[in-house]
Amino acid sequence: MALLEIRGVTKTFRTLRALDGVDIDVQDGTFHGLIGPNGSGKSTLLKAIAGAHFADSGSIVFDGHDITRTTPYERARAGLSLKFQITAVLPELSVYDNVLLATQSGQSLPRLLLSASRRTLDGGVVGLLERFRLIERADDLAGELSHGQQQWLEIAMALALKPKLLLLDEPTGGMSPEERHVTGQLLEPIKPYCTLIIVEHDLHFIRDICDQLTVLDQGRVLDQGDVETIQRSPKVQQVFTTRV
Amino acid sequence: MLTTTDTDLAPSDAAGRTGCTSAFRRVLPYVEAAALVVALVMPFVLGDRTDLVTLATNVLILSLLAISFDLCWGLSGIMSFGQALFFGVAGYVIALVGRDLEFSQMWATLPLAMLVGLLLAGLFAAFLLLGRKTPTGIFVALGTLTGSYAAERLVSGWQYVGAGNGLSSVKLLALGSYEFVEGTAFYFLALAILLLVYVGARFLKQSQLGLVLAGMRQNEERLAFFGYRVQLFKALVFSLAGMVAGLGGALYSYHQGFIGPGNMGPGLSTTAVLYCLLGGSGTLIGPVLGTATVEVLSYVLADVDAIKRVWPVILGLVLLGVVLFQPKGILGLLVGDRERIGSYGRRRK
Repeated sequence: MALLEIRGVTKTFRTLRALDGVDIDVQDGTFHGLIGPNGSGKSTLLKAIAGAHFADSGSIVFDGHDITRTTPYERARAGLSLKFQITAVLPELSVYDNVLLATQSGQSLPRLLLSASRRTLDGGVVGLLERFRLIERADDLAGELSHGQQQWLEIAMALALKPKLLLLDEPTGGMSPEERHVTGQLLEPIKPYCTLIIVEHDLHFIRDICDQLTVLDQGRVLDQGDVETIQRSPKVQQVFTTRV
Repeated sequence: MLTTTDTDLAPSDAAGRTGCTSAFRRVLPYVEAAALVVALVMPFVLGDRTDLVTLATNVLILSLLAISFDLCWGLSGIMSFGQALFFGVAGYVIALVGRDLEFSQMWATLPLAMLVGLLLAGLFAAFLLLGRKTPTGIFVALGTLTGSYAAERLVSGWQYVGAGNGLSSVKLLALGSYEFVEGTAFYFLALAILLLVYVGARFLKQSQLGLVLAGMRQNEERLAFFGYRVQLFKALVFSLAGMVAGLGGALYSYHQGFIGPGNMGPGLSTTAVLYCLLGGSGTLIGPVLGTATVEVLSYVLADVDAIKRVWPVILGLVLLGVVLFQPKGILGLLVGDRERIGSYGRRRK
């Protein structure tokens, strides 16, 4: 059984049909890329999975549970974690506190009030900051980081939740080629324990890290399969040569 | 400079990591210490001026209302224009208990007032904050304002609670056979209670729960995607703030010997906003200083005939001026954003 099963999902904004009967299966332990031209519905689909938008119809089943109408809070608790397209770090908190905030989200209210886990969570927070090359900026305000570093911080925060499924919306947007390369290296080690769905415009980046691809066009699934199959697909080539 | 708190938060660093430079100088502990010293010596300095001791006691009591608002707005980003509702209703309840049951023992009536504030605020929170959809700030502000206004109108026409005249000759607060009248004893009682509340609120702000509130204030949607039940946290803090306001209302009622419709209406609710914004929201001590500033100025200027009549207008202009030109309040001149917002797990280079 797939970790995520999306069946017939539609989403309409006023007169715009952003998603039109999308069917996708995402297998456990894979890196799954969502690609397509601008306006093809990639980000909308990601938000529908994370709960930022509710699908108008269809179903989303995650880890055997129907989450189509559940809140973002419930989906996060179920093991879904989203990195927004536009960085949403908490700019007035330190880099360390941003990650701590994500790390401590599973703690009970009394433990939060008594700060019972502050020391025990420290190792995890520091580990993530080290991995994402932010340890030297731990005490700086998140709003003071460069754009690329804020993207890394976002990914670190998303991973701090120890998700089963990580949703990344354009994680390399606005990054330099060097930063993109590093981002790929940073994501590679999570593969053994985390499934990934990634929306990205950089096709080289997608090709390098993903196992499976789904191509969306005008809210519909144009094609899906492994990277090589998609690269050879005439339908996909046509869309990308005419509209991208 | 390292404070004790900094040292506590910096782990033993087994990995040999070096920490960051101290990014900001702490000012608030000095302000708090100075305020405490002033509060402790105040009755002795004022001596026989019982009117001024009464004024100082009022400042302490109204500071509870200001802290209650700061818990909502300064710490959690909940704009409440209804804190006076919880203050006033609790004040009425203990006045009625005194009148109808002839009972005013503080070991029971003060907890009762807190319970009233807690439950009433919890009820409002259930309606305003705990819906399926995330409520907007305007919705909550208008909801609390409407509640405060409706309660004021309700008691204004209700004979059982004295209608527009309110309830006067409230039974004195008692501890055993000792009764607290206006004066030094009541002052120190109010100070002790304010200190307890302040320490509790400070503990909350500096805890990991305080970090959640700080995050919530900046981007509550983001926190929902972390798995936090944001509205539940808001409802909790709102209820706690109602409890603090209720405690203040009971003390006010006992101290003044009177409670009236105006003590639960939008007028006092807005004044609580002014106390907080003028002093510096989110700092806890700022609202106390704001309360002292407004109340002392009111007292002094009330004796100046030329100003007496236009004092409410001046207050309104002060609020406008603060919002427009110094939104971080008086303490904003001394305290940086970093210290105001707080730091929860700093490391050191």
